[in-house]
Amino acid sequence: MQSSKSKRNIQWDKYMVYIIFAVVFVLFALILGNKGFLQPRNLINILRQTAMISVMSVAGVFVMAAGQIDLTVGSITAMTAMLVSLVLQATNNIFLALIVGLGFGALVGLVNGLLVTKLKLPAFLATLGTMELVRGAAMWITDTAAVPIENKLFCNIFGIGDVAGIPVLVIWTVLFYIAGILIFNKAAFGRHVLATGGNENSAIYSGINTQKVKIIAFTMSGAFAAFAGIMYAARMQAGRYSYGDGDEMSVIAAVVLGGTAMSGGTGSVIGALFGSVLMGMMNNAVILANLSSAQQTMIKGGIIILAVAISNLSQRKKKN
Amino acid sequence: MNPYVLEMKGIEKSFGVPVLKGVDFSLEKGEIHALVGGNGAGKSTLMKIMTGVYTKDAGTILVNGTETVIHDTHDAKKNGIGMIFQELSLVQSMTVEENIFLGSEVVEKGLRKTGYMTERAQQVLDELGIDVSPKDVVGDLSVGMSQMVEIAKAMEKEAKILVLDEPTASLSDAETKYLFKMMRDLQKKGVSMIYISHRMNEIMEIADRISILRDGKIVHTGRIADITLEEIITHMMGESTGKKFDWVPRTYDKDGPDLLEVDHLKINDRIKDISFRLKKGEILGFAGLMGSGRTEILETLFGLRHQEGGTVRLKGEIVRAKNPGEAIRSGFALIPEDRRKQGLVLIHSVKENAVLPKIQQLRKHGFFIDEKKADQIVEDNVRKLNIVTDDIHKRINLLSGGNQQKVVIAKWMNMDPEVMMLDEPTAGVDVGAKAEIISLIRDYADQGKGVLFVSSELAELMAVCDRIITIFDGHITGEIDRKDIETEEVLQYAIQQK
Repeated sequence: MQSSKSKRNIQWDKYMVYIIFAVVFVLFALILGNKGFLQPRNLINILRQTAMISVMSVAGVFVMAAGQIDLTVGSITAMTAMLVSLVLQATNNIFLALIVGLGFGALVGLVNGLLVTKLKLPAFLATLGTMELVRGAAMWITDTAAVPIENKLFCNIFGIGDVAGIPVLVIWTVLFYIAGILIFNKAAFGRHVLATGGNENSAIYSGINTQKVKIIAFTMSGAFAAFAGIMYAARMQAGRYSYGDGDEMSVIAAVVLGGTAMSGGTGSVIGALFGSVLMGMMNNAVILANLSSAQQTMIKGGIIILAVAISNLSQRKKKN
Repeated sequence: MNPYVLEMKGIEKSFGVPVLKGVDFSLEKGEIHALVGGNGAGKSTLMKIMTGVYTKDAGTILVNGTETVIHDTHDAKKNGIGMIFQELSLVQSMTVEENIFLGSEVVEKGLRKTGYMTERAQQVLDELGIDVSPKDVVGDLSVGMSQMVEIAKAMEKEAKILVLDEPTASLSDAETKYLFKMMRDLQKKGVSMIYISHRMNEIMEIADRISILRDGKIVHTGRIADITLEEIITHMMGESTGKKFDWVPRTYDKDGPDLLEVDHLKINDRIKDISFRLKKGEILGFAGLMGSGRTEILETLFGLRHQEGGTVRLKGEIVRAKNPGEAIRSGFALIPEDRRKQGLVLIHSVKENAVLPKIQQLRKHGFFIDEKKADQIVEDNVRKLNIVTDDIHKRINLLSGGNQQKVVIAKWMNMDPEVMMLDEPTAGVDVGAKAEIISLIRDYADQGKGVLFVSSELAELMAVCDRIITIFDGHITGEIDRKDIETEEVLQYAIQQK
């Protein structure tokens, strides 16, 4: 009974996102091809617009593969953008702004992790609470006023610049995915995350500190969301309390679409990128098709239902 | 007049293999009837047929002399049959009253008649002398009290027949006394009870009659006053059932230094003063009834439970593991009791499971997992342990129970522990795989490692162990050298002693 990689059982749920992605892409190319969907500029634009969701989804995979959920990410982007803008306004020091912004995100993530592991709060409620706290703080810090960013270098590096024609937002996205894929697939930590989400008891019996695993996953999620906030601020050249409103739901949808089970134990980082871009593509298509924002919102709802349905279907298949 | 409230005649049931082969069982009005038998003798199956969980393949059931068909649990309740389950079936977050009326709420015009139900619940509790309020939340009660509430739930439906399955396994002495008093009161009211237990002295104390099941047949029914403990055990064990495994005496350095020294280990108020020694290459067995503390001892050594007192020395050095991670680094491994819940991540592959504790050490360039090395290790496991799987990437829940268990054993052998602890390693495993697992354990000990082995199957303990320690209710009651154990009866007798 020699084994070989070619004999691996094909698990359709893992490849579902790529199939849907390909089908949707071909469909849009046929229907919207004459409206410029296929133009390289439009395609790059889709990647650029989804950069923030994509970056947050990298950490989202870790959180959800560990069987947790993080609702704070959207509000962290807003508060980070405010903090970064204020620090730049006061000191014009990019390095300090990054430290403050990323530090804030990591701190909120750490608090989430401690609430879930030490106080044993359900992740949904714990992060719902911190989400409101952080969003409120973002509104309160300047009394809802926007803070413009004058530092062009900062905006170029993290938002509006490009390298050899490729937008920096796309480059950052790629870098985050490389790091995420390496940690998730190649490092021991990725396995510990999957074991924690797959069967926490069994992970504990295997000597894994599952509390630590969850705390690290939440801290990562907070820091990645902070980076997304930095990208928002640089792209808009200002900090606003309203950034990232509803992003937590888009992240969850992207992660689940990408083949990560909401119950934990399975996950794919690259899948989340496809999930995120798939949603960006659909957004782009409805705009090209001249649909109203009301219709766009409804289509987004449909996508989320699709995401959960796929997750459920693959779960059911596992039981057979 | 018919003295029997319940008669079961020629009951047969098969799950692929026959489990019940024509069982005749009858229950007199107002008696406490003990039902005993070894693991897999068919006790639970028989009771599940009676309470409507399973349907019988053949045979008849008579309730009060009339033939009755029991399709489901609802039919059983209608006929006055109530069962107190081993695993409590109460909803922890609901009150006593809500639990008692769960599924049979008294309703008027679509609304629950809470006043009436509180009153009725109080009345039932009073009649049984149970000291809880109908408004208490079940989750706040002790295990013993919850069990009483479960009895109250059955009695509210005016059950005439109660089945109690190992009710004292998790009760303290005081709670057991209380339960027995309540059983005697119920008996006076004409309620008949079937009492399933492995604890012979409790059976001798409470039961009027006894039926002994072996291999799907009743081998003895009679008055408890006419039988001795030795006779019960002889009936239970019977002739060799063909499941016996041969014991081959092993050699190890009996005079060498101790590998593991445990002195006055205290886990809680019940399980304490546990002391024993383990030599290199020795297999030490723990024999005891369910709830005697066997599992707790292993879990404490493995850092899963808090060690209240005593000392543990491994190779002369004091170890006090606060979590499994520390225990593993010190040289312990535990193959846990529940393979599916504690041993494996069922949705992951054979490989991922087999290298889970080791993954941290399998690194190249300091950060990345050395997948090639991991593949090699697992391929090696598959070959050496004869694990039947298409390849190492197959999802583990698609493997048979025996092969799953071999993966758990491989997972810990890969860690090369000094002390390998196994808790019921052959539960739910077919006979062939059982024999293989037993020889794996013996081979592992032959490499100069120590093994602690817990099993409910005495035949298995006798096949594996060099020495057996008996435990009763949280304390060590004796120690027997394997060569001094002539028959399984000797060991069965030993674990019944206080």
